[in-house]
Amino acid sequence: MTKMMATRDAYGEALKELGKINKDIVVLDADLSGSTKTAVFKNEYPERFFNVGIAEQSLMGTAAGLAAVGKIPFASTFAMFATGRAFEIIRNSICYPKLNVKIAATHAGLTVGEDGATHQSVEDLSLMRSVPNMTVLCPADAVEAKKSVIKASQYEGPVYIRLGRSKVPVIFNEDYDFEIGKGVEIKAGEDITIIATGIMVSKALEASEVLEKEGISVRVINISTIKPIDEDIIIKAAKETKKIVTVEEHNIIGGLGSAVAEVIVENNPVLMKRVGVEDTFGESGTADDVLQKYGLTVENIVNNARELVSK
Amino acid sequence: MDKYKDIANKLRIDIIKMLEESKSGHPGGSLSACEILTALYFKEMNIDPANPHWEDRDRFVLSKGHGAPVLYAALAEKGYFPKEELNNLRKIDSMLQGHPDMKGTPGVDMTTGSLGQGLAAANGMALAGKLDNKDYKVYALIGDGEAQEGIIWEAAMFAAHYKLDNLIVFLDHNGLQIDGKNEDIMNIEPVDEKFKAFGWHVISIDGHAFEEIFNAIDEAKKVEGKPTIIIAKTIKGKGVSYMEDQVGWHGKAPSKEEAEKAMEELGGVLDD
Repeated sequence: MTKMMATRDAYGEALKELGKINKDIVVLDADLSGSTKTAVFKNEYPERFFNVGIAEQSLMGTAAGLAAVGKIPFASTFAMFATGRAFEIIRNSICYPKLNVKIAATHAGLTVGEDGATHQSVEDLSLMRSVPNMTVLCPADAVEAKKSVIKASQYEGPVYIRLGRSKVPVIFNEDYDFEIGKGVEIKAGEDITIIATGIMVSKALEASEVLEKEGISVRVINISTIKPIDEDIIIKAAKETKKIVTVEEHNIIGGLGSAVAEVIVENNPVLMKRVGVEDTFGESGTADDVLQKYGLTVENIVNNARELVSK
Repeated sequence: MDKYKDIANKLRIDIIKMLEESKSGHPGGSLSACEILTALYFKEMNIDPANPHWEDRDRFVLSKGHGAPVLYAALAEKGYFPKEELNNLRKIDSMLQGHPDMKGTPGVDMTTGSLGQGLAAANGMALAGKLDNKDYKVYALIGDGEAQEGIIWEAAMFAAHYKLDNLIVFLDHNGLQIDGKNEDIMNIEPVDEKFKAFGWHVISIDGHAFEEIFNAIDEAKKVEGKPTIIIAKTIKGKGVSYMEDQVGWHGKAPSKEEAEKAMEELGGVLDD
């Protein structure tokens, strides 16, 4: 039985550890600390936790000021409000002066589920990726999420970490080595490469098993650093397998699919398919039902890969 | 007081000269804040131009970032960088960007320019000071048009909630913004009562009278448990007769002839 854990829970655990070893770490939240799991930090280090209330602009602006005097602030809220409501503060007050702020945004993508389209951010990777100086992380499971948070705290500069609400399979072992900017080949293959990010990595792995049974040799790559993206591993895959499918819980415009396409087109053009949210808003439903309806399924990955291989 | 009046006058001369040279920038809201910046940089703030990153220094955040010329004039006068640098305002490859850039200009404590954001950043700096038991003060200058931004009121709530009595904010209340008078565009009054209701200590002064500025800062430093806002009634374009209280001089640089007329009034000389 695969262990299941939400990446936001790993974030809470990581913060708890970090708070102990680094006194410069402070955490800010906008009235969602129970959901984002920053409450785990609040309970341990209440003097270094600050609730700004339901005020995301203030959240990011205050974080910028804290970083300007040497603190390492983690600012958390839902991905929708972090990157949407506060976009321009992130751009002008955090990224332009390259301040050391970490934005850990939870409830990203469609899997926020029942709350519906207003809360389902399918644009956050695109928004964050387009801002100069920003590093964008999208961990695949709880192990990688925890390591991402710790590595982000050691990196000097703004980092956006995309985290999810739902429990997802734990793919990596504790000895998994996460490095910012490094993609990881998690399954070898020759006929086609599936490049996935975030919670879709486990589905990409499942899809590869289905395809292998049909005699298709599938490489699976986890790209958890959306920016700066690991060009080498993508170009190598394009050269060796000739065909690429990207998979993300995000609009197919502007996120992983676009980032991979940019690398491939400029270096080694091959046929590609992007699996993701097809430029539409989501809707209410359980996380699984929403993923199913909007095509973020093993079946859809398999179909796209199969079609591409037959071309 | 003559000493400070002299410095404020020098800042005005430098503002006009740099704007004429760059042919771009915001004179009105720079000239209205000359006494405030003179008071801060030449009397009140505990700073060291030779060591701009000294961690115990007082901080200043120019939230109304388009007032950059008065900040640059004050920093140059204080010795953070050579005065000749002022000639490069808004030019390509210059350290003096159109709006303040903390990573490019020595002495600039926060990158600002998009209105409202500086006050939230000042909150973060003041909060860090509290957290580290530091004695430094954080000063910020906001504009009255800027007070229409939602983030100003988010930040106002925050500063009072976290009892940031090490934060002293000036409101440069000249009554004008790009499109006209505050009261015609979007009334902010009664702005003093608004801040009071948000939990701030509020002091109202004439923003061109040094004695009132100094007294207000002294009073603010004694306040415990709440942030202070000093509502400084000012005249946009102060010191240059044809610019005073004229909304048209919000974001327009003077021509050579206009700058020469300003120099006559201020007792300065335009460079060739």
